[in-house]
Amino acid sequence: MTQDPCEKCEEMLQAYLDRELEPAEVIQAEAHLDSCVYCRRRYRFEASLRRYIRVSASERMPEGLRAKLSELRQLPGA
Amino acid sequence: MAEVESETDGVARRLATEACDRVRFEEEALELADQVYRVARRLVGSREEAEDLVQDTYARAFRSWRSYTPGTNMRAWLLRILTNLNIDRGRRSQRAPDTTPLEEGDYYLANKVAAAEGEQALDQERVVERLSQDGIVDALSEVPHDFRDVIVLVDIGEFSYAEAAQILDVPIGTVMSRLHRGRRILKQRLAEETVA
Repeated sequence: MTQDPCEKCEEMLQAYLDRELEPAEVIQAEAHLDSCVYCRRRYRFEASLRRYIRVSASERMPEGLRAKLSELRQLPGA
Repeated sequence: MAEVESETDGVARRLATEACDRVRFEEEALELADQVYRVARRLVGSREEAEDLVQDTYARAFRSWRSYTPGTNMRAWLLRILTNLNIDRGRRSQRAPDTTPLEEGDYYLANKVAAAEGEQALDQERVVERLSQDGIVDALSEVPHDFRDVIVLVDIGEFSYAEAAQILDVPIGTVMSRLHRGRRILKQRLAEETVA
């Protein structure tokens, strides 16, 4: 599977995953995903990857920072 | 005398209203601190830098709270302050568009996994979990700043293209092209580090 019949769909898929397509383009993208196993597999992979990157790269705010930020409220305004 | 009192009352009422608005603003801003930190943490190299950046952002936000329009997107407003402060700190010196790496296609990582494990492997929900969390963080940190900023805002901060454009003060087309190229660079890094 070295040939890629759907290279032109790659960009559309990214915008589809970002929910940034126009309604007509969404219909086009979904119709393509319904009919193309190659892209559907990559769509699943990309969707999982997005979620996993978000979870992996998200770091909770350190304890104590919220209190420091609250203290900034007490300073007189400029 | 009654008129003087009434004028004083008016001033007092205005001050009280402003104090209430300010408190409401500060509370709303503080509720967003987790989300602001999450973005800050991936824009800079260390936890300490992220903490400093978030504190500077809130100090400035609390000082200039009057310039925020109630009812608009406060999270984007805070992130706009934060990204400007980050640029002011001069970390943009690394910016070098001419030397940004060539990137493979959007499907590069998926195709690598498919080549190693077979096409069906892509159907598995957990196939991405072979990537280590540290590997993802490292790969993201290697993406050049201009591209990384957009990835962080859209993929981690969950901002729309339009919001990211507003925060970074660039055209929406620039957000789209940086996101597109940045994600490709990121996937190439991930493939190099974890699949190849």
